[in-house]
Amino acid sequence: MSAVATLPTVKATINGLVVEVPVGTSILDAARRAAVKIPTLCKHKDLLPTAACGLCVVRNKGGPRLLRACCTPLEAGMEIATHDNEIVEVRRSTLELILSNHPAECLTCGRNGECELQSIAADFNIRTDGIKRHVKEQPADRSTGSIILEFEKCIKCGRCLQVCQEMQDVWALSFLERGINTRMAPAGDIALAESPCVKCGQCSAHCPTGAIVENDETAAVWAALHDRDKVCVVQIAPSVRVTVGEAFGLPPGTNLTKKLYSALRRLGFHAVFDTNFSADVTIVEEATEFVQRFVHQRGPLPLITSCCPAWTDFMEKKHWDFIDNFSTAKSPQQMLGVLAKTYYAQQAGIDPAKLVVVSIMPCTAKKYELSRTEEMFASGFKDVDICLTTRELARMLKQSGIDFLALDDGAADSILGEYSGAGTIFGTTGGVMEAALRTAHHYATGQKLGQVEFAAVRGLDGVRTAVIDVGGAKVRVAVAHGLGHVSAVLEQVRQARREGKEPPYHFIEVMACPGGCIGGGGQPYGVDNERRRQRIAGLYQDDRDQAVRCSHENPEVVRLYRDFLGQPNGTKAHELLHTRYTARPLYKR
Amino acid sequence: MKPLTLDDLAALASRPAPVTTDFVRVQLDTGGIAAGAEETFAAFRSAVAAAALSTPVLRVGSHGRSWADPVVEVAAAGLPPVLYGGVKADVAPQIVAAHLQSGRLIDDHVIAPASGAAELAAPVTHLLVLDTGVGEAKTKFFQFSFVEELKRRGLADQIQVARALDLGVYDEGVVVTLLPAGVTYTNVLAPDVARIVEQSVQGRQVLDDLLWKRTDPQVRIVLRNCGSIDPESLPDYLERAHGYQGLRAALARTPEQVIEELKVSGLRGRGGAGFPTWLKWTNTRIQKSEPRCVICNGDEGDPGAFMDRSVLESDPHSVLEGLMIAGYAIGAAHGYFYIRAEYPKAVERVERALAQAREAGLLGRNILGTGFSFDAKIRLGAGAFVCGEETALIASIEGKRGSPSPRPPYPSVRGLWGRPTAINNVETLANVPAILLRGGAWYAGYGTETTKGTKVFAVTGKVKNAQLVEVPMGTTLRSIVFDVCGGVLEDKDIKAVQTGGPSGGVIPDKHLDTPVAYETLQQLGSIMGSGGMIVMDTTDSMVDVAKFFLKFCVDESCGKCAPCRIGGFQMLQILDRISRGRGAAEDIAALRRICQAMQKASLCGLGQTAPNPVLSTLRYFDEEYKAYIEGGPSYARKMARAAGGAEPARALAPATTEGA
Repeated sequence: MSAVATLPTVKATINGLVVEVPVGTSILDAARRAAVKIPTLCKHKDLLPTAACGLCVVRNKGGPRLLRACCTPLEAGMEIATHDNEIVEVRRSTLELILSNHPAECLTCGRNGECELQSIAADFNIRTDGIKRHVKEQPADRSTGSIILEFEKCIKCGRCLQVCQEMQDVWALSFLERGINTRMAPAGDIALAESPCVKCGQCSAHCPTGAIVENDETAAVWAALHDRDKVCVVQIAPSVRVTVGEAFGLPPGTNLTKKLYSALRRLGFHAVFDTNFSADVTIVEEATEFVQRFVHQRGPLPLITSCCPAWTDFMEKKHWDFIDNFSTAKSPQQMLGVLAKTYYAQQAGIDPAKLVVVSIMPCTAKKYELSRTEEMFASGFKDVDICLTTRELARMLKQSGIDFLALDDGAADSILGEYSGAGTIFGTTGGVMEAALRTAHHYATGQKLGQVEFAAVRGLDGVRTAVIDVGGAKVRVAVAHGLGHVSAVLEQVRQARREGKEPPYHFIEVMACPGGCIGGGGQPYGVDNERRRQRIAGLYQDDRDQAVRCSHENPEVVRLYRDFLGQPNGTKAHELLHTRYTARPLYKR
Repeated sequence: MKPLTLDDLAALASRPAPVTTDFVRVQLDTGGIAAGAEETFAAFRSAVAAAALSTPVLRVGSHGRSWADPVVEVAAAGLPPVLYGGVKADVAPQIVAAHLQSGRLIDDHVIAPASGAAELAAPVTHLLVLDTGVGEAKTKFFQFSFVEELKRRGLADQIQVARALDLGVYDEGVVVTLLPAGVTYTNVLAPDVARIVEQSVQGRQVLDDLLWKRTDPQVRIVLRNCGSIDPESLPDYLERAHGYQGLRAALARTPEQVIEELKVSGLRGRGGAGFPTWLKWTNTRIQKSEPRCVICNGDEGDPGAFMDRSVLESDPHSVLEGLMIAGYAIGAAHGYFYIRAEYPKAVERVERALAQAREAGLLGRNILGTGFSFDAKIRLGAGAFVCGEETALIASIEGKRGSPSPRPPYPSVRGLWGRPTAINNVETLANVPAILLRGGAWYAGYGTETTKGTKVFAVTGKVKNAQLVEVPMGTTLRSIVFDVCGGVLEDKDIKAVQTGGPSGGVIPDKHLDTPVAYETLQQLGSIMGSGGMIVMDTTDSMVDVAKFFLKFCVDESCGKCAPCRIGGFQMLQILDRISRGRGAAEDIAALRRICQAMQKASLCGLGQTAPNPVLSTLRYFDEEYKAYIEGGPSYARKMARAAGGAEPARALAPATTEGA
């Protein structure tokens, strides 16, 4: 007898094919298993059906009306038809209605070639504007500098609302008005920058059209690269190496680190650095902080990671009672920037005023982080000048004439280029925790860690908790990703605070986006859990491939402290590598 | 009020309702108040006081004759109750002086629906005269003739001849009603005057050749108390309307038995879809999760419909009683009245009813010692038609944007706050106490094979007597329009009747003899809907009618799903073009195509049914569409002038419409 409980299933037919699926499976998903593709513009694998677009209608034999496949569970004995004449006609008319309410601006749209509406229109072989076009003019919202809302292109599928409200618990976006005047907008019809928006960009990653896009700053990078008075250097974030290939047709998780080095050098960057290096620096600072708080009781626990700017913004707006728990260490992006303009500039003999630091990030909130506080100008210069997302980089590469995939491998530049396995896993949920534990273990015990992998903090569950043995001491940790999962964890801590009890956790890692940075709002389109797993696997492989797997053992990091910074958390480190937080109002007016 | 016991209720049940012979009841619902009933009420109070009379002046709800507002019922001077219509404040003193003080009826205000009586048991006291033919020119002449005849026979002092306002008979020439019996003669000619006085008034013989034998098709179950009790008085409801006896009957049985009684009655949801009420209750009751909820849907919003408003304003306790029985049947301790905010009077009266019921121990814990606990709250709708849709209504109560959500899960499984929820329309609930009290079989005795009981219709448009009508299912549309409501305004020819509000369709003249039932109306391309019925005459343009209803749906679309949001809007653009004579031949095909997409792919009933007015006008009046398209702007102008409009319907706001 098998001890494994099997889910009850239902048997039915789809286009005459017998399918057996677990109870509760939607007709849409059941059809996929039978290799039947039912079109939809609103259902996203990450999200519950919104039932908005009306394209997924199917017929159950004998039923009085068509059913929406996205939100109707397959029932035993159903005889589903997905593509009969009437269904196809209804879908086509509905699609033409949607197109009639969408600007015909494909050629100049940010989603050109990657748009779900465009591709479905192509699939349906739409060749004329069957219904007179009506699009209400509405200026775009460019207030955040991270995300642009191009309202006219919105098809009201409702994905971004569900992402913003339920997945991320941010509640910046809502629907306003009704009928044909219905529009997606920041709640209360204010500017996005005045709203609770944390710039995570998940809305843009889930939008089927060009209605929500990153603020494209490639032009500024081209200008800097062509400016003879400037010296451009670049850094690539941990997760970008395993996602950028998707924009060139490679499977998710393909590690292109070395091709990226070559490509960036060909683009004209004077030096190519790796954010993984500064991730190692961040870990050295953060692990030191943790050991101080945990072992020496200097500072409140839990310590909470702060390298995700969307999370930081969210905390400052909604959970500012945790400001003192936040690690003051800057994020790797900012650390690399400030070190480039001080340490590297000195060593290379470059005037930091001429230095332009460009970062390639998975994230739209990273654009906001560049000028988040005055600490982001710690050296007297802006740590990082321009931040591009993975999607923008892919576009630059395509424009540049570089045959990216045919390039030979390259190398990063010293002295900000070498990285440990711990630095590379920053790009996944649980990675910062794992990296910090590797180094904290060393700092607390003085011993070299035998098994560096902490499986307990890995995976895609929204909240993962574990008790980790650090030299005999039990460290209680929690990892949350997707801002919607954060409140529950913080509430546990608050509860303990109110009751005067010990905190339930000593160390909490939060990443705003589901999956961490590999699922960031600036990554190539089409994210779902399957893709997240592949991307994460790519990073863990990169970790395993490294000879050095702990941040404090990265030789360039050791050199940095010896030659330039002094002690971790020391005076100079504090001056350049740390920041502060302030409570901010949810709404700015 | 002292908390009631089960024994108190039992005692009330066996006690006959007190007969009152001396009162002035002013019908104070929103319609009456708008017509000046508050002023009328005050005028009666002061006139009665000035005359030092003891007749109580009371407020009651409306029995539905909106066309005659303000309506007042008077019983005094030994006369049976007499209904007066059009009683503005200045008429009140006349009624007090004539009717209350000397037993005389005043001219031109009496409403005395023909009863079909065929016996003159008591001496005739009053003759009511009205010319129901075209022109109404002969009423005064016949009044004079009768008076002269009575004088000749020395009866003028004992018998009064008054001109009536309405005798419930239409297009039957001169009509004479003899009070107190109510015997009605129609098509009375001059030579008949002497005969009537001699044989009927003096001889108390009924003249068979003149006798009006037809009876009023109306049966008042839902409206049973409307206009006869004070909606703000619990004692009135208890003592004069068998109040809460239905609840008592329910509590004496098991919930399953209550549901069984509903099943026998055949009652189907009166909100429009006609889902069997017992099944809805069963589906909610069998859910394991608790607590469960019941909701009274009072978000009536069809243009021209005011049935629910009138019931809530005129008989709120009946609806509450129905809600409580529903709560008992499905095992819910929490109820909600979801009433649109545009109905402040209904809200006020339901609020008062709830407070009174709570005080009397009819709401709260362990009601009447039976172990059944129940309480109810009011939630206001914020002006969205779509919130009448169950899932949108639930979202609205929960404080969310009022948009429908996909089903399943059905509200009966996961409804308000995730709880199993039964949502019933006001009219459905108002039927429930009567069914429990008199039995499901009694109720099922009315109606047709598939559609039992009665239905309240709000008849408006080009009709003489715009009013509420309650008739057994199966009554024909023609009977409703002509027998009950007096036919078409200005005696024009009828073209069609629109039923079902914006989700319904038009039913042309040739189909007006269809008996009303859910299925029959559907076959004609319309629906029962909540009961709006709009009468159209031959000057009404069907393209404009379609445009009117579609415009309503376009304004009220929540915007959630693409087929409804964009489809409705695009259809309206096309209809607007056609109605201005700027349509093209291919527009009809485009309309049909969008109709199909909306019907098949919209998420909720609003979108699925919004094309109905267009489809049904295309079905029966497609030549009108063609005439507009072929005739061009000049034809459109001609049609507009014929309809009484100065100029053709102005173009809709251009494509960039602002919010409604």
